[in-house]
Amino acid sequence: MVGSLAAIGAGLAAIGAGIGIGQIGKGATEGIARQPEAANDIRSAMIIAAAFVEAVALFAVVVSFLGLNSGGAA
Amino acid sequence: MRQKGLKSLLVLAFSLFLVLKGTIIFAQEGGHNSPAHNTEKKFNITETILEHVSDSYGWHLWGHTSISLPVMLYTDKGFEVFSSKNLADEHHNPVAYQGKNTYMVNHHTGKVEIVNADGTPNHEEKLYDFSITKNVASLMVSVLVIMFMFLAVARAYKKTGVTSAPKGLQSFLEPVILFVRDDIAKPNIGAKYAKYMPFLLSIFFFVWINNMLGLVPFFPGGANLSGNIAFTMVLAVIVFIVVNVSGNKNYWGHIFWMPGVPVPMKIFLAPIELMGVFTKPISLMIRLFANITAGHILVLALICLVFVFKSMAIAPVSVAFAGFIYLIELLVAFLQAFIFTMLTALYIGMAVEEHHHAEGAHH
Repeated sequence: MVGSLAAIGAGLAAIGAGIGIGQIGKGATEGIARQPEAANDIRSAMIIAAAFVEAVALFAVVVSFLGLNSGGAA
Repeated sequence: MRQKGLKSLLVLAFSLFLVLKGTIIFAQEGGHNSPAHNTEKKFNITETILEHVSDSYGWHLWGHTSISLPVMLYTDKGFEVFSSKNLADEHHNPVAYQGKNTYMVNHHTGKVEIVNADGTPNHEEKLYDFSITKNVASLMVSVLVIMFMFLAVARAYKKTGVTSAPKGLQSFLEPVILFVRDDIAKPNIGAKYAKYMPFLLSIFFFVWINNMLGLVPFFPGGANLSGNIAFTMVLAVIVFIVVNVSGNKNYWGHIFWMPGVPVPMKIFLAPIELMGVFTKPISLMIRLFANITAGHILVLALICLVFVFKSMAIAPVSVAFAGFIYLIELLVAFLQAFIFTMLTALYIGMAVEEHHHAEGAHH
């Protein structure tokens, strides 16, 4: 029971992170298409923003994993 | 032509899936019938992964071979040092060690506890643990690596100066050092960047090298050091001290008496801004911890699939996926070091900024 709840939690976080990274990719490709000469700057800014979004999803993975373990032990 | 290639690829992938599925079912049936599997301890994926990402008293190498590390404890009865091999038998199960007290490793927390004669934990007596654990040993290894790298490079600069072309290790580190200076320190801190360069370089290389050592799957790597919240907390506390000690009157003015907004708003903003002083290092701490731990968990979970399905057919798939995640983790190791350093530089920049915008924006 706790295991499936943890999996649902991780899945919800993946949805959020997917939307976020999709938006970043969209913004970056649009920006590069408009201004190809700024591609390098946009790419590094994109990677940083993606790392922030990804971090939130990873928080959820860690939290659900810890919940999984403590739920299993209890 | 292209579509044809895609179609055959799809057919290949689908047939591979069917073959694998069949093999898994077959393997599961085989597992139920043979008596050998029943005697085996049931494979617990969560426990295995947590054992690998958490700290331990010994440094496991392979099979039943591990390096014993010193366990140092301070109790009411005084200071005590013994080898970690006394705490586990050859099957890695915890056993009691009789010193000045009886010590045993708690199975859930992985920490040494004082136990009573009947094996129940005794929490009344205080116990301070100063052991050289796997993480501490790994920290020492990484410090040696960093010292070797940077003393050699510093010696080279002393000898040849900055005018001649770099050689050897110098040519590897010089672009990275310049990257930290030109892309992290200068844009975020501004004119006063030079004072903070040693600190930023230390943070960057310390986090990066520890992340990379954590990804090496065998000795002397493999300790999940930068995925340990105590490690990231110490780094965050150092950042907290550096940022707030270098804060000038503009910085503190922005926190307690935000310029450019009405007085009720100033009063309303002060506690929020004060909270921000603490949440910034806390977010640094959690970001590094969660990213590195999650990366290790992902790789281990994919490897564990082999043991969960007990199938030879699943092994190439899971190893391929683990290898893929591994390559991403190499990027993440760099990226997290970069983000940690960049945010540190940003916070320092906010603290030392002289002129602020009239509308009171603090970013």
